[in-house]
Amino acid sequence: MSDYSLPDGRLEEQLGDKAPLYSRAEAVAEANRCIYCVDAPCIAKCPTSIDIPTFIHKIATDNVRGAARTIFEENLLGASCARVCPVEVLCAGDCVYNQWGREPIAIGRLQRYATTNALAQDAALLSKTKAPSTGKKIALVGSGPASIAAAGHLALDGHRAVIFEKKAIPGGLNTLGIAPYKLKAQDALDEIDMVLGLGDIELRTGVGVVAADPGEGEVSAAQLLEEYDAVFIGIGLGPDNYLGIDGEDGAGVYGAVEMIERIKVDPGFDISSMKSVAVLGGGNTAIDIARELAQLGVPDVFMVYRKTAAVMSGYRHEMDGGLKDGVRLVENRQPIAIVRDLGGEVVGVDVEDTSGGGAGGETLACDAVAFAIGQSRLTVLAKAFPGVELDDKGRVVVDDETAKTGNTKVFAGGDCVNGGKEVVNAAEHGKRAAREITRMLNAG
Amino acid sequence: MADLSIDFCGVKSPNPFWLASAPPTNSGDQVKRAFDAGWGGAVWKTLGNPIVNVSSRFGAVDYGNTKMMGLNNIELITDRPLEVNLREMADVKKHYPKNTLIASLMVDTKDEWHEIVKKVQGVGSDLIELNFGCPHGMCERGMGSAVGAEPEVLKTIVGWVMEVAEVPVIVKLTPNIGDITEPAIAALESGASAVSLINTIKSIVGVDLDLMVPRPVVGNASSNGGYCGPAVKPIALHLLGQVAHVFPKPISGIGGISNWRDAAEFMALGSTSVQVCTAVMHYGYRIVEDMIEGLNDFLDDKGIASSRGLVGKAVPQYQNWGNLDLNYHVVADIDPDKCIGCQLCFVACMDGSHQCIHIPGMDDAAKKKAGHVVFPTDIPDRPVTAEGGTPGARIPWVHEEECVGCNLCQLVCPVEGTVTMREKRKAPEKETWNDRINAGTDVVPGGLDATAKARGAK
Repeated sequence: MSDYSLPDGRLEEQLGDKAPLYSRAEAVAEANRCIYCVDAPCIAKCPTSIDIPTFIHKIATDNVRGAARTIFEENLLGASCARVCPVEVLCAGDCVYNQWGREPIAIGRLQRYATTNALAQDAALLSKTKAPSTGKKIALVGSGPASIAAAGHLALDGHRAVIFEKKAIPGGLNTLGIAPYKLKAQDALDEIDMVLGLGDIELRTGVGVVAADPGEGEVSAAQLLEEYDAVFIGIGLGPDNYLGIDGEDGAGVYGAVEMIERIKVDPGFDISSMKSVAVLGGGNTAIDIARELAQLGVPDVFMVYRKTAAVMSGYRHEMDGGLKDGVRLVENRQPIAIVRDLGGEVVGVDVEDTSGGGAGGETLACDAVAFAIGQSRLTVLAKAFPGVELDDKGRVVVDDETAKTGNTKVFAGGDCVNGGKEVVNAAEHGKRAAREITRMLNAG
Repeated sequence: MADLSIDFCGVKSPNPFWLASAPPTNSGDQVKRAFDAGWGGAVWKTLGNPIVNVSSRFGAVDYGNTKMMGLNNIELITDRPLEVNLREMADVKKHYPKNTLIASLMVDTKDEWHEIVKKVQGVGSDLIELNFGCPHGMCERGMGSAVGAEPEVLKTIVGWVMEVAEVPVIVKLTPNIGDITEPAIAALESGASAVSLINTIKSIVGVDLDLMVPRPVVGNASSNGGYCGPAVKPIALHLLGQVAHVFPKPISGIGGISNWRDAAEFMALGSTSVQVCTAVMHYGYRIVEDMIEGLNDFLDDKGIASSRGLVGKAVPQYQNWGNLDLNYHVVADIDPDKCIGCQLCFVACMDGSHQCIHIPGMDDAAKKKAGHVVFPTDIPDRPVTAEGGTPGARIPWVHEEECVGCNLCQLVCPVEGTVTMREKRKAPEKETWNDRINAGTDVVPGGLDATAKARGAK
């Protein structure tokens, strides 16, 4: 059990498991379907380059721990990625079976089978490979998947890793932002526990890293640079963006990321009064919150998107899932105001037709609104580390191979670098940074 | 971490996984890549006077969705000049001193044997394997399995080899013989240090029905080849088990080994090292990673400190039928929570075994028509409730008093863990058929009068 146990009565507990754990017979049967390609397209499509055919082959021979080692070697967060990854557009999307009109190998489910069962058989599976202590210490800012992966690799390399997390619950979006039918918050916390057990890692929750002038329970960027041999910035993104339109301040209007977090960890969050929710946006976060609300029983959930489904950034397979869940998609509409009644209650969203068809404006009735139009950037904190540069979108600039910033002691990864991608991308950044830090520190 | 290293006739090898003499060990570059991948040793493609090969050379048996369950070949020994092979062997040994290099040999006359043994020793071979097993082509020339099938000839040739041998000698046995223990004992008596088995099994892998030519097709004809791959593993295990009971020196096991579990089974039945070919021909040298890792984990799980501790662990338990306990008895249990109602166990029991599985709801006439001869009452009528089950289907019921404990229902059941066999001894004490022979009670009522009379008179 995790040190971070969540209270009962959270909404996410009402949602099922989209792809349950395979039994041994199911896993072996599926593994034996894999043709064990050598130049495998699935590997090329995995951001962490897991040797997928090899781990699947090992499942087929009942070498489950070996399968997990193959996974964890490249991706320490292989257990949650097994469930969170959009395999439809990554590994499984390029499985050769697609070309033959056959169902691609269920790589995510096999990965879940291997990681879950291997750790159940041997909790110390990975820590056995830990290098002797180096006496070096690294600070990691933020406890999202990039930092957790980096800390795990650094610990296995013999370093001390200290993670600073301003929230009370660690894990960043992997704990607080994943659709519950893929991964529950407690599972993400349990994975963090597994990583913390790999070596000398300390997780300090409730401790914010600030640009300067630290107060009680805070440390400054300068202090970290002074006290540690290297620093990894994995701060993710800031709060939800809003449009700055009339009526958006006040009750009944939420940020999507905020709302998902409350569904996952806040037992006080109540949606029973919501009968019709407008989700503004067309990305994966928009689809996630829409699907979650629909699955939780909100009678009417609709997404409002300024373009068409064909060009939306949310994945096609997720949108299809949303439609099956009963989510409506309203295309070619730009929100221009949130409409409230005299009592201040949300009653609708004023939208404009963006199709050029001249349909004019209309009010879409709803009693709650979720903004899912992206998250802000934590630029001030990132820039507090001398030498760290941001691009014009507020993303931390790093060398792709090494995750190194303009400061030779400072590395960065995850959403603060790529603007918001998958857990697996963050895990890869953490791995690359850790490898470079180890190379640098071991070189003296 | 278990110690996977082995000692084979005094030769240390980093692990028990060797490549068998076959196409994967045809050249120095291949063997080096194999050692880089983790293979502990390699038996070089058999050396002798170079031959000429035909095309095509391989045929395979696919079963269901499984490709290459069995492989058959009509390739002969190396077709490369001896000096090229020897030069590459010396180079491999120089760069990989810790890996085990085994020279496989097949020549004809005494002088040839003397010359080639000296030559392979000169390039640093750790061991020599005498190929007395190849069952196609070379046997027509009086070599290969022609030697392995004639214990006296085998002894003579081993004697020639031992005259000049300075490294341990392994005799590779052919399965194409009535009693494998005869050549094994002959090898022992002639001073060989070890045996390896099995070589391939004489086979015709299939017939091209358009051409009316067996496969693999060579123009308008073909020839019998040597069968190997996962399909031959049970045959190899049996012959290994037999040899392990009569051959007290190291054995190298061969025959369909594809993964760590296969290897562990061969080791348990007496193999100090195992040799692999077909699985590598199918998937490449990379499979050794799973074998090393899987064996290591298995040994750790069992608390066995080294791979040596596994060798021969199951040999004493491989017994003649006459020593088996007749009072040991199991009966089938069907888990009603897991059964999907496919009734495969029912039909298998009705047509393939002893008619003890019943489908609830049948009246006596229906039961009779289905083939039942015993009509129990009070058969519990349980609907299938498992996920994925057939709607409306009923859970089959095992009539325990009639169940002979054959395992067939468990073997055909598609849902793992649904059918289990529960021990239900017939009597607490052990009694074997051999006990009955010794006691003079080896007559079962209902047999021939002549038999009863003869045995009773004993």
